[in-house]
Formats: sequence, C-alpha cells, structure tokens
Amino acid sequence: MCLAIPGKVESISGEGDPLTRMGKINFGGILKEASLAYVPEVKVGDYVIVHVGFALSRVDEDEAHKVFGYLKQMEELAELEDDETKPSPRRDQP
Amino acid sequence: MPPASEFSLNCPVPISQYPHVLVAHGGGGKLMHQLIGKMFLAALHNPLLETQHDSTVVELPGRKLAFTTDSYVVRPIFFPGGDIGSMAVHGTVNDLAMSGARPLYLSSAFIIEEGLPMDTLWRVVCSMRDAAQRCGVQIITGDTKVVDKGKGDGLFINTAGIGVVEHEQKITPQNVRSGDRVLVSGDLGRHGMAIMAVREGLEFESRIESDSAPVHDAVLQMIKAGIEIHCLRDLTRGGLASALNEIAEASGVRIEVVEKSVPVREDVHAACEMLGLDPLHVACEGRFAAFIAANDAERALSILRGHAMGAGSAVIGRVTEHSGPLVTLKSALGVGRILDMPSGEQLPRIC
Amino acid sequence: MKYLDEYRDGEQAHQLAREIHRLTTRPWNIMEVCGGQTHAIVKFGIDELLPEFITLIHGPGCPVCVTPLEMIDKALEIAARPNVIFTSFGDMLRVPGSTTDLLSVKAAGGDVRIVYSPLDAVKLAEQNPAKEVVFFGVGFETTAPATAMAVYQAAQKDLKNFFMLISHVLVPPAIEALMSSPNCRVQGFLAAGHVCTVMGYEEYPPLAAKYHVPIVVTGFEPLDILQGVLMVVQQLESGRAEVENQYTRSVRREGNQPAQELIRKVFKVVSRKWRGVGEIPQSGLGLNDLYAGFDAEKKFGLADHHVDEPAECLSGLVLQGQIKPHECPAFSTKCTPEHPLGATMVSSEGACAAYYRYRRQPAAAGK
Repeated sequence: MCLAIPGKVESISGEGDPLTRMGKINFGGILKEASLAYVPEVKVGDYVIVHVGFALSRVDEDEAHKVFGYLKQMEELAELEDDETKPSPRRDQP
Repeated sequence: MPPASEFSLNCPVPISQYPHVLVAHGGGGKLMHQLIGKMFLAALHNPLLETQHDSTVVELPGRKLAFTTDSYVVRPIFFPGGDIGSMAVHGTVNDLAMSGARPLYLSSAFIIEEGLPMDTLWRVVCSMRDAAQRCGVQIITGDTKVVDKGKGDGLFINTAGIGVVEHEQKITPQNVRSGDRVLVSGDLGRHGMAIMAVREGLEFESRIESDSAPVHDAVLQMIKAGIEIHCLRDLTRGGLASALNEIAEASGVRIEVVEKSVPVREDVHAACEMLGLDPLHVACEGRFAAFIAANDAERALSILRGHAMGAGSAVIGRVTEHSGPLVTLKSALGVGRILDMPSGEQLPRIC
Repeated sequence: MKYLDEYRDGEQAHQLAREIHRLTTRPWNIMEVCGGQTHAIVKFGIDELLPEFITLIHGPGCPVCVTPLEMIDKALEIAARPNVIFTSFGDMLRVPGSTTDLLSVKAAGGDVRIVYSPLDAVKLAEQNPAKEVVFFGVGFETTAPATAMAVYQAAQKDLKNFFMLISHVLVPPAIEALMSSPNCRVQGFLAAGHVCTVMGYEEYPPLAAKYHVPIVVTGFEPLDILQGVLMVVQQLESGRAEVENQYTRSVRREGNQPAQELIRKVFKVVSRKWRGVGEIPQSGLGLNDLYAGFDAEKKFGLADHHVDEPAECLSGLVLQGQIKPHECPAFSTKCTPEHPLGATMVSSEGACAAYYRYRRQPAAAGK
C-alpha cells in the first residue's frame, strides 16, 4: 500500500552511526537521498526498495529474475504440448 | 454552452460547495473547469468565448486575428530549463499557434511584490526579450504594478498576444471528427517534473529540464504543407489527459490513446513513479497535441519530426466512431480503461 | 526503471493469465489486501485478464481510507492553530473530516505542508524553533519504521517542538477481523508485499491454518499480482492452505529486523478504530510511554469524541469487500473525487477512487 520503488545505491555517507547512514539512490536517472538505517548490509551498487525516504530491503537480484525463468519454462512447455490450451470463460469488458 | 458536467443532472454541485477558492481550482483539472463553467462562462457568455480554445479567432474586414491571454505564477521563478519570463512569452505564443496563427505582438503586465531584488527582475525581463526575439514577436505594450510585501509572492506576469491567421482551416475542438489521428509533438511531463524537482520538501536531483519552448514554427510548417489540421491543443497544466478530455467534451467525441505509444523519457517516468503521479497528468510547456485528418497523419508526423521542436513526435491515438465524450487508454497489458481528467492539484501519492 | 518496468510486460502478463485460465476449474474469491495492489489491478486492468471464475475482492489496505473520522477531525483542529506547522503525506490533504478537510484549512490560512518523508518534518522543527511542528503519522507497518525513526531522532536531538499525530494500523488483525465476520466470502489472500518487507510473514501461518485460506505475499506490479493469483489458485485447486512468498526479491520470512526493533522501541500495540469497519482490538500502533512526550494528542489535549459517518457513505462495505464501488448508489453521482463522501473516494489508492478514475462511464456518454 505504500508506494515503495526500487533504486540503485550510488553512494553512501554517514558511515559512523548505522542509524544515520544515508545513501544517494538512483531511480532511473533521478537521484534522491534515503536513509539506509534499516539495511546495514547494503553496499554501493546494490538495489534497494525505498518508501518515504527509507530503504526497507535490498533487492535480491537472483530472486528478481525467478519469475522470468518460470515464464520461460512455461513457454517452452507450451511449445512441446500438442493440444491447444483450453481457456476458461473470459470476463467481458465493463 | 457550459461544459458538460460529468456529475450529471442528479447532482448539481453548487459553487457554494467551496466557499473559498482552493489551489486546486487553478490546477488545470476538474475543479478548474467547474470554476470556469459556473463562474466565468456563466457570467460572461458569448459565442466567441464559448469556443473555449487556447486562443480565439476573430474575423475583421479582410483579416482574421487570433487573440489570447495567460498569466504566469510559476514558483520558483527560475527553474531548470527556463524562468517565468521565457515561459510568459513561449506560453502565449503557443496559445496563438494553437489556432494556426502567426504570432505578432504581445503585451506584458507585471505585478511585482515589494522587496523583489532588482537583479531578479532584470534577469526575467532579459529572458523575455530573448524569448521574444527567438519567437519573432514584439512586446509592444505593458503595465507595471507593485504590491505590498507579503501580498504578491515575488512576481506574477500576464501576457496577452495577437497573431494573424493566414489560412482557411477552422482549427477548433468543434472540428474534431471520427477517424482523426492524435499526435503529440514530443515526450511528456518534463516541465511539471522539472518544477517538482526543485519544489520545497520534494527536492530531488535530476537532469530534467522544462520543455518550455515556442512551437508556432512547427505548426506553421504543417499548415504551409497543406496538412488538414482539425484541432491543436497546448499541453500545459493537467497534461495530456486534461487537454484530451477538454477536447472530447467540447466536441462530444471518444478518443482512444495507446499507452505504449505515448513518449515519456525514462527519468520523467522515474520521477513520476517516485511521486505517485501519472505522466499523462503532468504539465508540459512546449508540447502540443494535434488532431489530424487520418490520411494526412503520416505526413504531419514526418514534418513535425523534421523540426527541432518536434523531434520526439508520435501518433498516440485516434478519435473513434463511438459516441463520447470520453477518453480511453489501452494499457500496456492491452486492457482498456478511462483516461480521466486529473482531479484538482496533483498531490504526490506517498502512502 | 530496473526492477519495475520489466514487471509490466504485456506479453508475459498474458502468459501468466493463460496459465491461470488453464488451472481454474471453479469459482474462487481472492482478496488483495493492499490499496497499492488495488490501484494496480484497476489501472492496468489485471482483473480483466483473469477467468470469470476468479473474483478479486478489494481489501482495506488503504491507510488513508481507514483513518478514523475522529482522527481527521483532530488533525484539522491542530492544523488550524496559529503557531502550528502541520505536515502530512500528500494523500491525507483531501480526506473529508466531519465538516472540512486539510486542504480547506490550508486555504483558510492554516500552515499545512506536504512532506515526502517524516524526517522532513523533523528538519522543519529544527529550522522553526518558535513553531510547533506536527506530523500526521498515517500508514501501515510499511510506514512505521519511518515514523519511528523520526520520533527517535527528535528525541536524540532533544527537540521540544516536534509532535506526531499517530494513526498507524496493522494488517494481520484486520485480516483476522475480516475472516471472522460471518459475511466473509474470501477464500484466498494476496498479502501486502511492502508490509511484509518490514514485518516478514511469520504472523500469517496461524491465520492460514485457522481459516484454511492460502496466503501469498505479493508485490505490486502486474506480473507480481498475476503470479500471486496463480500461486493462490494453485493452492485452492489442490486444497492447500499455506503461506507462500511471491515477492521474494524484497520479502524475507523474518522481515527487516532493525526496522522491527525500532518500531518496538518507539511504539506499543493499541486498539484502533478503522473507518468504515469499526474498532479492531490490538490493531494499531501508538507512541509508548517513553516517547509519549511527542504525542500530539496529549500535547494538544484533544478529547476523544464520536462522529457518525454520512449515512450514504458505504465505504465500510467497500473496505470489507462486501460490495464493489460501482454498486454504491452514491458512486459517481453524489460521491466523486471532487466532493467525496468517504475516504475510499479520496485516496488515490482507495477502491472507489480507482474505479471512478479508470472504470466509470460518465452519465452523458453512450456505451
């Protein structure tokens, strides 16, 4: 519910106190500072999910690609099958 | 005829619903249109005013003139890619261009707050001079007022403009018809996000600069090439969504936009995601939408793309044969939805 | 934008939808908890890609929507005071209280300012020592780490002019309250991905077991939501009721420990009234005794009072997923974003606002 978006950590400052550790985050070309207090393991080059000025998690890049691997598998499976898939009834447009 | 209210006859929203004017009434969205309809059009109604186009064309013996006015209250006064002065010239020149007029003369009225540094005023005026030169217009009359400190927020500028219409086309919303292709003259949302980037409390670093620029030359080139133009609309406050909804309402048509075709730069897209805004609702300053007869659309596109001001032009939709007024959007997933006029002032969606 | 745009790919969305079609053999009701997910569903038209058998029920996960009327009124009272700088997230500004809203208070002269982060409010307090700076702390668990840090830093800096009006709410008690209601038709949940980024998902297995519902922690982009639905359907079709994680790129089982620690340090669990739903015990966060000095309610001595919602507003039923927005008689007639009857029409993540913006047919239009 809360608008949180992914960005890349370009630089880190305030390394002394973990709670005041700040990062300059690059969101698709936009740079904004965010607190890294809650992601002490994050380094420059990592991607983080940021909500109201706080990084809440480090994006796990391996996990991020999993859905695409799954989709690729599905695609290959579908190509191997002889039968067409039978879709269940579709919703009409409102 | 007042603009059709989407609240329908069941709920006539009384103007007394808002006993005070809100900032949202100037936002370019629904509240502003409501104010215009129930206040200004209601009191001042006449057929010329009711065309409700960016500029109004008046026919005089042997001449057709276009006339327009705009006020500029942008904050901050200087922003990435421009300032209130250059905006005041480009914006009014562009409004004239939206009738296909060749802009000639501008007036300029200043309302200055006591205490504004002379240096600031000088920078703004020089910027206006340079912009006027670039546009080939002259500022030939003006006015100066100073208000007490605290009563004026720095500087407000009003410019009015006169241009000459040297073609026979009727470029108004009422001329839009089924089959027309909708073009935009470049990528969207730069101006709004350039301002947001320097707005207090929301600052972020970016290379986004306002797209404030004159577009009249690109328009005149299309007219010269004989392109059948049904309507043009400056994309300012309220962005593309606002402009298309205004035109749909004025002409009763249904417009379909294809989201994937709408050009938006990556950093503008990112800034919008960060603030929870829709790029289709964000203000531009040097961009326009054009409704072109279907068989002329490709030619219009190549003329625009060949012009410095239209390099990023694209066909983004069409006027369908269904009844309106409605603007719909085909999303990236291929599903249709309504593209609504923005509601009030764009509040960054945070939580 | 990396890790965002690639999850909006149309072709792959259709691929996931086809798989859902293939697996679904009977009707299922699935609730997406979070307002951000509702917004994405309606904006991208994700529900229209799903088989007719699947009904998506929009949940109460819009913190703006569930902030009680009485709390809005308290905010309005504080914001109208002469020496106060009232700061808030943008979304709260147009939420109607009993008689007015923050935007109107601003129009009438109140110093109301939008901030991006609660830390900006702390900065304002430092820069304006002669004023009282109040921050309106609304949100689910996702926002609690931010507001906790703001209060914590204010205490560290020994600020005497910074206060917070807290109205945080918690998701699991809301799910429990929903599931224990006799009218509840929900058979599976898409849990809120960013709430779980903070809190993890260890609170959910007891709920899944007790009510026999699959719960899948899900992200916010079309591919996330579709994959989440797919995972719920897979469970439903095979009779399972487990907790799974779709949003693995952000959510870990144990969540964000440092964030949870600071939340525990600053807040305590309290009962909260949810607008449109009623009081849910132990469903919110408030400042604990150590930080009570920053509590705006205490500072400004605001008494509790009870206010009735306008009778025509059915946002409670919408929030509980009992009706869809367009089934409310006031929808798009008496109740629109310009003059909303309830919060679900104001917040850009409210279900009513989402339906109004993207789905309603204007009265004048033909179909």
